[in-house]
Amino acid sequence: MTTMTMVKALNEGLRRVLEDQPRSLVMGEDVGRLGGVFRVTDGLHKDFGADRIIDTPLAESGIIGTAIGLALRGYRPICEIQFDGFVYPAFDQLVSQLAKIPNRSGGRVRLPVVVRIPFGGGIGAIEHHSESPEAYFAHTAGLKVVTCSNPADAYWMIQQAAAGDDPVIFFEPKRRYHAKADVDTGAAALDLYRARTVREGRTATLIAYGPTVDVAENAAAAAAEEGLDLEVIDLRALSPIDWDPLFASVRKTGRAVVVHEAPGNIGIGAEVAARVSEECFYSLEAPVLRVTGYDVPYPASRLEDDYLPNLDRVLDAVDRSLEY
Amino acid sequence: MGDQQRPARKTAKNRQKSASTNEPEFVQLLTPEGRRVNHPDYDLKLTDDEYRGLYRDLVVTRELDAQGTALQRQGQLGLWPSLLGQEAAQVGSGRALKPQDTVFPAYRELGVQWCRDIDLISSFALFRGTDLGGRDVAADRFNMYAIVIASQTLHAAGYAMGVAKDGAVGTDDGEAVVVYHGDGATSEGDFNEALIWAGVFNSPLVLFCQNNQYAISETNARQFRLPPHRRAEGFGVPGVLVDGNDVLATYAVTETALDRARRGEGPSLIEAYTYRMQPHTTSDDATRYRDEAELDFWRAKDPIVRYRKWLTAEKLADEDYFARVDTEAGELVRELRARVMALTDPEVAEMFDNVYAEMPPGIAAQRAEALEFQASLDEGSEAR
Repeated sequence: MTTMTMVKALNEGLRRVLEDQPRSLVMGEDVGRLGGVFRVTDGLHKDFGADRIIDTPLAESGIIGTAIGLALRGYRPICEIQFDGFVYPAFDQLVSQLAKIPNRSGGRVRLPVVVRIPFGGGIGAIEHHSESPEAYFAHTAGLKVVTCSNPADAYWMIQQAAAGDDPVIFFEPKRRYHAKADVDTGAAALDLYRARTVREGRTATLIAYGPTVDVAENAAAAAAEEGLDLEVIDLRALSPIDWDPLFASVRKTGRAVVVHEAPGNIGIGAEVAARVSEECFYSLEAPVLRVTGYDVPYPASRLEDDYLPNLDRVLDAVDRSLEY
Repeated sequence: MGDQQRPARKTAKNRQKSASTNEPEFVQLLTPEGRRVNHPDYDLKLTDDEYRGLYRDLVVTRELDAQGTALQRQGQLGLWPSLLGQEAAQVGSGRALKPQDTVFPAYRELGVQWCRDIDLISSFALFRGTDLGGRDVAADRFNMYAIVIASQTLHAAGYAMGVAKDGAVGTDDGEAVVVYHGDGATSEGDFNEALIWAGVFNSPLVLFCQNNQYAISETNARQFRLPPHRRAEGFGVPGVLVDGNDVLATYAVTETALDRARRGEGPSLIEAYTYRMQPHTTSDDATRYRDEAELDFWRAKDPIVRYRKWLTAEKLADEDYFARVDTEAGELVRELRARVMALTDPEVAEMFDNVYAEMPPGIAAQRAEALEFQASLDEGSEAR
């Protein structure tokens, strides 16, 4: 057991991938000598060389498009998109090429490409540096979408994502990059596509992922002082979603609140609400509620505390759920 | 901003011919009249059999392509993008490839596919709608058709990076990669990014632009002010303009570019100046944007007519040979036609089976539901 930040955990995870998989590559803007703008790839260029840790031209479609070509040649690229809001120039290569080429080929081609994207707000950044674009990718068949919420998951999930033969969009909650926690580097606790029950409870279920897992945990701790016993589930995988633990929890508590930073409209929370309504209809004591970013562009950073789901908004939603 | 295309004053000085009937300076080894001419930088010496083989390739390509159009007209294909007029660009470049080279096509490269000796049925299945054009691309060294314009240029650039990483370049037997695209593709970001990638990583990539003068209805004037072969220089990549209706010239310039790539000397761009004699696809109506005079201009530059004249003049082939090729092409067309008609609809399960290497439970459940639902309908119809 070692204590480390999420950045360090990702770095160590990538090192293990590069050591174990001779065909793996790291590619992106500034991932080489600089070690990435968040230092996730720090030292990899020195230890694995410029041939495997590739500083690319500044063009996101090019990064994903050439990663596809490298994968067709038998390489296993791990791409970095520098910030969430910079992924859109690569949209065609992600949703029409990376996602669909294996299916187009009738299963004869596999594209083991991982695309790491720091996402979410709360860091006081300028426009395009705080977005949560996960729903676009979770909506696209052919891609798998996951997000880590803590260093231990970061360490293992990046290795698991790189070990599979399907393309994975790997969202990293950038405002949790420097939070420290214990990491067991001996064995993975969970499969990549399993949800995790973070805290058990009987009053209501909070469903979160990435940066909002911490928000939900804090809300549950605060609620406990008021005598409310909240269960917290970290989805981890957004495509495919691991439904069974979610359904089991809601059948137990009868109430669910989904928490994410992305706008609520047509988002992950909407899909969770729909599926929970279908599968847990007779157990529900209240409609599934959502605490999300508002349906507006991410605001100027001085307003982000008002935009992002926080402890008070989560507890307010729990109260509303209990009022039914 | 207003439309910048103002009516040109019809003075002798600034009066311009339409782009597609303007004769640029290009590499040419065989004139439209079938006369062999020399070029200071490019030459081609093939065996007599190889020269005859090129004629066979040109004719077979034209006939198989015509069959694609016919099958669409008869309701057997949903769509067909004809390559009529572009046979020399495809056959010349296709025959310049060595077995170890890898091709990334756009969606009109039936002639290249023929030259690579790859089963053509995949292209017909794609346009019949019985599958998505999937093949064993690793074994074929010929990738799937790419419908999104220029998307394949980046795949080729990445693949070529991998070739260099594998140490498969640097000798006369090295591997090269060629990507086919059109004039419209040069406006896409992906094309420009591919040139940047290939340039900065010095990858063994040849970008083969078939400038057939049209991106559906839009002429070159709406795609660039400086033609692609000249723009290449801005990327630090050599560019060459070749007569795309001259099979000897396209062969020679492609062979030179491929050899350069395989020796590790880097990428290049070939602009093959040709003409799309048919509409964009069978869904297009080209009479809305071009006239017969333009077609006549290009008919006079037909790639097969000039090559046949030259073969005849050089006594490399005679009427007997040409007749034999026609007979063979007819047989190939009949065989292909029968196979296309025999392509059956896929099973419902197939739409679910290959989306992921590891099928997620949700898709597995939908697959089962869809099959069960279909079976219930079948039972119902049997009961009636």
